[in-house]
Amino acid sequence: MQYVLLIMGDETRMNAPEVADTGMSPDYHAYNQALVKAGAMRGGERLRPTSAASTVKVRDGKAVVLDGPYAESQEQLGRYYLIEAASLDEAISWAIKCPAAADGAVEVRPLWPTRPAA
Amino acid sequence: MADPTRCLNRLLVRLAPRRAGPLAIDREARMTEQDVHRVAERLARESYGRLVAFLAARTRDVAGAEDALAEAFATALRLWPVDGVPENPDAWLLTVARRRQTDALRRHQTRRAGEAHLQLIADEIEAATKHPDDIPDRRLALMFACAHPVVERGMRAPLILQTILGLSAADIAAAFLIPPATMGQRLVRAKTRLRQAGIAFALPEREDLPERLAAVLDAIYAAYAKGWVEIGEAAGHSLAEEAIWLGRMVVALLPAEPEAKGMLALMLYAQARSSARRTPSGAKVPLEAQDTSLWDDTQIDQAEALLHDANQAGPTGRYQLEAAIQSAHIARRRRSLDTWPAILALYDHLLALTNSPVVALNRTICLAELHGPAAALAAIEPLASDPRMQGYQPYWATLGHLHALAGNPLEAHEALTLAIGLSGDPAVRSQRREKLLALQHG
Repeated sequence: MQYVLLIMGDETRMNAPEVADTGMSPDYHAYNQALVKAGAMRGGERLRPTSAASTVKVRDGKAVVLDGPYAESQEQLGRYYLIEAASLDEAISWAIKCPAAADGAVEVRPLWPTRPAA
Repeated sequence: MADPTRCLNRLLVRLAPRRAGPLAIDREARMTEQDVHRVAERLARESYGRLVAFLAARTRDVAGAEDALAEAFATALRLWPVDGVPENPDAWLLTVARRRQTDALRRHQTRRAGEAHLQLIADEIEAATKHPDDIPDRRLALMFACAHPVVERGMRAPLILQTILGLSAADIAAAFLIPPATMGQRLVRAKTRLRQAGIAFALPEREDLPERLAAVLDAIYAAYAKGWVEIGEAAGHSLAEEAIWLGRMVVALLPAEPEAKGMLALMLYAQARSSARRTPSGAKVPLEAQDTSLWDDTQIDQAEALLHDANQAGPTGRYQLEAAIQSAHIARRRRSLDTWPAILALYDHLLALTNSPVVALNRTICLAELHGPAAALAAIEPLASDPRMQGYQPYWATLGHLHALAGNPLEAHEALTLAIGLSGDPAVRSQRREKLLALQHG
């Protein structure tokens, strides 16, 4: 089964200078290594802050592009992982190990598998 | 012992959805409400498991027994503030729960169970309520049922915690790091399986006893280990205490079983060191660096006595060996005795008995002490191909530690990095990062 881990946190913390300069904190580096070593890593990236976000809607045939995130809130999506896990329990145990779990939150979402065309 | 208020809160949380409304009590009755709560508190602690076990013993329906008892408790919380607390609350609860249970049985099971069977249950409970001091203690039988092979392994400890202690699914879920709804569903499924499989609430036959007892002990120890290893917070801590309480109960009910004593001793040795194992900032303190004056002498003495007793009474099993290792570590630290050779010998026995990779891993630390890091690295080598070790944080931490001792900074760096990535504990991560930095600059 594949799961997405959505890393939610306070943007002012997630973009703290020490992290921004090095590109990746030592904890995330270690976490990535562990995911790779366990063969669970299927992908994942860090996102630029919501100040760089654009939100697009089409209403009545007209495209509306707004600056900023879809939802304004203190906690924002800052990173995501796509992982392979045998069960929800296993996916949750990866989420627990994610550095963001200690100060932000990690949302675990199973993928809805797309069926191959008959 | 656990905080009784918490037990009551737990009970009230369990009852909350079933309660008709808030307790209607005026100001003058406040004391009565407190009295009622004090009695309910004691019952929640001491009687919950006993009453569930008794009610479920013949019907084999744990969920039904819990429902009946929950309604009895709810009725008690409604009536006792007005009518006063009955002279024998256990018997009162049992009577009310019995009425509810036999009603439910009549509705659902008449064809299967038959009137004669119902009458038997009713008579039995009637007799029990007349002589409440003699209500047979079937908690052990209930634990054996909960640890039966039809219940999936991972659910045995949660099921015991719920049925014997009345813990809510949400509490158990928090301790076992599982979403509450999922834990609730699994508990329900486990109880259904017990009922459908018709598992007898009885002590196993003599020849089956060792294996089944092992499952009960494993389940209790799993609960303790959850409380001990996973989290340093209140939830984990209280779970550890509940597990010790269950361990004491098993020892009291099966005084002739040495492994039960060994397991209780093992939990007490660990618990005795609980105030010394973390710094105020939450960082882990290894055994070697712990301030032994913070250790709880009373618990250590109890553990020593239990272990002594266990080793006299019967053959040596896994828990007795593990407890003996703890005893030797404590003698080493407190009385500066060189017990490493004894510890290695105990590990050799334990490894031969369990063939567990975790035991093999811990044994390597002992080997490093006695024969140096090269011997330890040679011993850890076979574990590298064990898939269970790949995601096991202590494996990488130990491997990193041994490589650092042996003067292999590159290998140490890789292993410690993985150990950081596999740890969910920020305090542990920062400790390992410091060790990494020390490697780079050392």
